[in-house]
Amino acid sequence: MTATRLTVFAGLLALALVSVLTGVASLGGDPWLVLVSRLPRTAAAMLAGAGLAVSGVIMQMLVRNRFVEPSTAGTGQSAGFGLVAVTLLYPAAGIWLKMLAAIATALIGTAGFLALVRRLPARDPLLVPLTGIVYGGIIGAATTFLAFERDLIQYIDIWMNGEFSGVMLGRYEYLWIAGALAVLAYLYADRFTIAGIGEDASRNLGLNYRQVMAIGLAIVSVVTAVTVVTVGMIPFVGLVVPNIVSRLLGENLRRTLPVVAASGAGLVLACDILGRLIRFPFEIPVGTVLGVVGAVVFLWLLHVRPRSAR
Amino acid sequence: MIGIRDLDVSLTGSPVLHDITTTLPAGRLTALVGPNGAGKSTLLATLGRLVAPTRGEVELDGRPLLDYPDRELAQRLSVLRQDAPIGPRLTVEDLVSFGRYPHSRGRLTDLDHARVRHAIDRLDLRAFAGRYLDSLSGGQRQRALIAMVLAQDTDVILLDEPLNNLDLAHARRVMQIAREEADAGRTVVVVLHDLTVAAAYADHVVALKEGRLYAEGPSDEIMTPAVLSSLYDTPVSVATVENRRVVLTV
Repeated sequence: MTATRLTVFAGLLALALVSVLTGVASLGGDPWLVLVSRLPRTAAAMLAGAGLAVSGVIMQMLVRNRFVEPSTAGTGQSAGFGLVAVTLLYPAAGIWLKMLAAIATALIGTAGFLALVRRLPARDPLLVPLTGIVYGGIIGAATTFLAFERDLIQYIDIWMNGEFSGVMLGRYEYLWIAGALAVLAYLYADRFTIAGIGEDASRNLGLNYRQVMAIGLAIVSVVTAVTVVTVGMIPFVGLVVPNIVSRLLGENLRRTLPVVAASGAGLVLACDILGRLIRFPFEIPVGTVLGVVGAVVFLWLLHVRPRSAR
Repeated sequence: MIGIRDLDVSLTGSPVLHDITTTLPAGRLTALVGPNGAGKSTLLATLGRLVAPTRGEVELDGRPLLDYPDRELAQRLSVLRQDAPIGPRLTVEDLVSFGRYPHSRGRLTDLDHARVRHAIDRLDLRAFAGRYLDSLSGGQRQRALIAMVLAQDTDVILLDEPLNNLDLAHARRVMQIAREEADAGRTVVVVLHDLTVAAAYADHVVALKEGRLYAEGPSDEIMTPAVLSSLYDTPVSVATVENRRVVLTV
């Protein structure tokens, strides 16, 4: 357990160092480049990764299913819908207004998903992620239709496919909200784990189940919306990281949440570095890299672990 | 003492329990018996405040169940539900430790750890304490859930078919524990299907049929061929073997 933790945190540190050193311009002793571009980019990748991984594990506890995450359950798509809607209704909207709109629609969309899956029979664990994919697909289609009608398709691409090449000092700081919420989530770690055991078990232990659901919903929605607005949606982090950590260390979140956050940060950072190197000096968006990496790992997870899927 | 007055309960709109009024004595082991679908589990869930009645009221020590704050109730009453699937991948020790949550809110003291260890030992789970629940058999998981309820250390213990999946040695162990808890002054209510077990361990029996109270009273009065035969609409005889009553059907 401690060995795994050490490996994870040491790996994260090494990745951060590599990230600062990787890029087209050589550093050549100029601190300006590091301060304005490399460090912010590294921080952005880590904050988004940690926030999304934590959101993923919270969502898995609330829904009691390991195959959901914000980008496959309509949260990311809902945030995108909010962005397009506010851009159409009020083109002059500043970043704050866009962020608020994305958060509001992410909350509504995720609450809708939670209400939807409560009615599903618990027997088949794959029904929940499938429902989420269809649900997210419908919201995404509505967004695309709106955007197509008004010539905003390019904007959607920016929001729906995360990348860090545009990250600079002064243009990523909202992601610290995601990082702060990941820390806040740790205070509720026990309550999320108990909620994952079940509603009856939660009530039996004196938990305010609705309140825990509401807090989890808020954390997931805000983290996802902030990420979508600042760097775009990054898929699979919330799915792959919690599942791997769960296999190694279990799911008592009080113990595992720091590892989930660090691994999420490390995974997104690694994929961002990979995206910078594959077609050097050009870049591949991190969302694309993770789409490939994440899909492969996800298939592997489905294949090796059909029994205890819940 | 648990008082039940004029209780009607519906599940997803359809009525399950009708007009139940009875008292479950404090410091006794009460068996809840009756045919399938009689409403035993629903009654137990209502007593545990997991299901809200449509009419009537449940009182715990003279105070309406609904008046208890969540945490206070969790410190006084624990409930084991029937085959509840466990979501997260937890070890036996993790799960049992969550039984202390109402007392410690996650910051386990030495006393909490001692209670957890004791509960694990009583259910014969020490060898499995570090194992993940998804690697255990159904019976071992059921024992872990019972250990969690015991770790909660409450005056009232409600168990819905605790003997599910248990082998005969562990079924006996669990009933002995239920008996010990009642003898220590706790109010224990157990849904049971095995009437011989009910006759051997229970002080008090509440029989439900088709959602209504069919019979109630001391074990001796209810565990008779006449009452049981009409309760289950099937011929039942009661024999005495080695000074114990054994309920038989043909």
